[in-house]
Amino acid sequence: MRRRLHRPTTLVAAATAGVLLLGACGAGGRDDDGGGGDGGDGGGGATAPGVTEDSIKIGAHFPLTGVAAPGYNEIPTGAKAYFDYVNAQGGVHGRQIEYVVRDDGYNPTNTSSVTNELVLEEEIFAMVGGLGTPTHSAVVDFLNDEGVPDFFVSSGSLQWGDDPEAYPYTFGWQPDYEIEGKIIGQYVAENMPDAKVGLFLQDDDFGDDAEKGVRQFLDDQVVAAERYTSGNTDVGPQIAGLQAAGADLVLSFNTPSYTALSQLVALRLGYEPQWFYTNVGSDADLVGSLLSRFSEGAVEGGSSSLDGVMTTEYIPGVDQPDDPWVQLWQKVWDEHGEKGKLTNYRVYGMSHAYAFVQALQAAGEDLTRDGIVEAMEEVGADLEGPQLAPFRYSSDSHLGISGMRVVEIQDGAGEDLTPVLITDIGDAEIVEDDSGQDGDAPPENGVPEAP
Amino acid sequence: MAALRTRASAWWAGSILGRHLLVALLGLVVVVVVLESSSDFRNLQLASMAYLGIAAGGLTVLTGLNGQISLGHGALMAIGAYTTALLLDDREASTPLPLVVLAAVVVTLLVGIAVGAAAARLHGPYLAGATLALAVAVPGIALYFKEQLGGEQGLRVVLPDIPAWVLDLAYFVTGQDLTRSRYVAYLAWLTLVITFVLLANLARSRVGRRWRAVRDDEVAAELAGVHLGRARVSAFVVSAAAAGAAGAMMALTVRLAAPSGFTLTLSLTLLSAVVLGGLGSLAGALLGAALLTFLPQVVTDIGVDAGLSDIRAAELAPLVYGVVMVLVILLAPAGIVGTVRTALLKRRLRRSAAAQTRTAGTNPTAPGTPGTPTTDPATTTSKGSTT
Repeated sequence: MRRRLHRPTTLVAAATAGVLLLGACGAGGRDDDGGGGDGGDGGGGATAPGVTEDSIKIGAHFPLTGVAAPGYNEIPTGAKAYFDYVNAQGGVHGRQIEYVVRDDGYNPTNTSSVTNELVLEEEIFAMVGGLGTPTHSAVVDFLNDEGVPDFFVSSGSLQWGDDPEAYPYTFGWQPDYEIEGKIIGQYVAENMPDAKVGLFLQDDDFGDDAEKGVRQFLDDQVVAAERYTSGNTDVGPQIAGLQAAGADLVLSFNTPSYTALSQLVALRLGYEPQWFYTNVGSDADLVGSLLSRFSEGAVEGGSSSLDGVMTTEYIPGVDQPDDPWVQLWQKVWDEHGEKGKLTNYRVYGMSHAYAFVQALQAAGEDLTRDGIVEAMEEVGADLEGPQLAPFRYSSDSHLGISGMRVVEIQDGAGEDLTPVLITDIGDAEIVEDDSGQDGDAPPENGVPEAP
Repeated sequence: MAALRTRASAWWAGSILGRHLLVALLGLVVVVVVLESSSDFRNLQLASMAYLGIAAGGLTVLTGLNGQISLGHGALMAIGAYTTALLLDDREASTPLPLVVLAAVVVTLLVGIAVGAAAARLHGPYLAGATLALAVAVPGIALYFKEQLGGEQGLRVVLPDIPAWVLDLAYFVTGQDLTRSRYVAYLAWLTLVITFVLLANLARSRVGRRWRAVRDDEVAAELAGVHLGRARVSAFVVSAAAAGAAGAMMALTVRLAAPSGFTLTLSLTLLSAVVLGGLGSLAGALLGAALLTFLPQVVTDIGVDAGLSDIRAAELAPLVYGVVMVLVILLAPAGIVGTVRTALLKRRLRRSAAAQTRTAGTNPTAPGTPGTPTTDPATTTSKGSTT
């Protein structure tokens, strides 16, 4: 017998057994910690998974580490600060919100495994604000199969809301890229009819949806469309292509890193068009710091680095300290935030956290997974909030905020060029918003009430 | 009784295939027991461990037994995963799962032949460079053929419904209904066991001896009549096939084949699993895979429990992983399994040496001292490595 132990194959078996048993033991321990009860039945009775008399557990996946982390990893800190603020005021229907964030490093494989952990082990009631198009794509089927409410995906892809029959539990939040493209397209067509337009697009849903929107209005004016692949940091050929085509207005649908990269390349090439960046890529503070980092200090960063650039805006940001919403966020951050100052990413996190608290209020005291989805379809379009334009939620659409305004950045702050414009995907007309959403203010205590 | 034992041990020593199958059977029993007694989430985690284990097993054969280094195994997994995704694009996809896996293996194998043929001409850093190019290029192919391969967003993988007979069988054996997560975990572990039996057999056969001969001394191997190129290509192809199977399992577990899942990091991760566990050892590959799968979550949980913020806790995992890696390389350069095995072997040598001196009775005053006959340990080692 002793001899056998020396056989490598036996070692394989022994190691397999040992490792498997370890895994199993871990499973046993964790389940006990979880407070008992296997929530595998999936919302049969009044109590949904993750919900108790006095608590609600929700989860999210964000890139907390890796290349996509700068900026984006601040979103959950903002959301957490707001949930803590609400908890300090007594929670929602007497329940404290427990917010579990997991790092996926912006890698869909990791998103899949952390979502398994959140849903199957942590038994979250809902996913709130999971970030990224390719990452969230990996789990949207799973969440809908399991019947987990998948609220306010942090991405403007159309797929989160244009087909509620396919994904009944998924809701978008920010304006989708197509309507952003439409609003920008119409603005340019009306105000700069002679501009030669170049498009600088991320080569996925983001760029495709936006291009579709832009071309509805500008098809004749577009002289070049260049695409970059996220992850490839050399955008020299694309920018040179735009320059060669003679574009004097560049509409860019890209992430913040690529705003900085495109600015640096244009500087090097002596290319000085009018830049128009998507809301996603135009955070002046972040781009400023990226600029000085990428250029190793040669370009002075700072929030004024994007002055003169046009962009869009759908929630008030830190550049508007007088806005009542921003004042609320500042108060929340001062009371419950971590180190560091309030940033636009944290404001983004707080804004969707606010919307989720509204959804919980609307779903009532008997909280179920189907109940909150129904409530959102019913009242979602009338919700007040920091967003400048109303949501589009209904039983036919789970798309988020319906519009935005065009602004020009001066001294790091946006100056309005248009009123808030709203529209929808497809041929829907672009009209001025008359809901008064951009003029509203948060309730006194900063916690939304049931609508 | 004694006769039976002698016969059993003779069979154990004589029949390599029989031994491997017996171990595999035991392994399967352990798998069933463990999967049945763990939660859905653990099942999926174990499935991840299985696919990493399969790929690392293939890589450890290539690097440990044949001495070739590959930084491109993540790309080979991508090929297996994309093949699976293309065959399983909706629930009505009629290709049975075993065929899908087989197709993934075959396609990856063909790619392996092409890459292997090129790789056989290269050595050390050049080979690393060539396979590195593979790791960088393959995700690019998925981006370029956006229409067919889904671009950045990748292809969704839809797990077909579990066949009725599998459900019945599972219920008959275990008395529990088979969940989808558990089904995936069974598939992955079954594939792992089959792959490991095949790899273990190959490694102990003439083919495996040739691989080792080429690794140890090319000139000597060639003089002994081993065709260098053929041995290298065959090792690469076998290893690629394992990566293909791993890719198929990964696609089923993750439910997605996207370029960002198959970055260079994946290839390096596999290599680090192999190094952690111990080069050339299948047990080591499995151990490395287990560390890769469980360590990040355990560390993050510890971090959160210790009151760190989410971001800090998330940053802890790569740090601890790096520290573990450095420690293993410093303290156990042969990898965890390699070091344990060496230690066991040493102890055994010392004991048998002691036994020798005692039975010989020539010098009872110094039992087990170093300096006792060295012939015996030598024969034991050579026996250990050739059987």
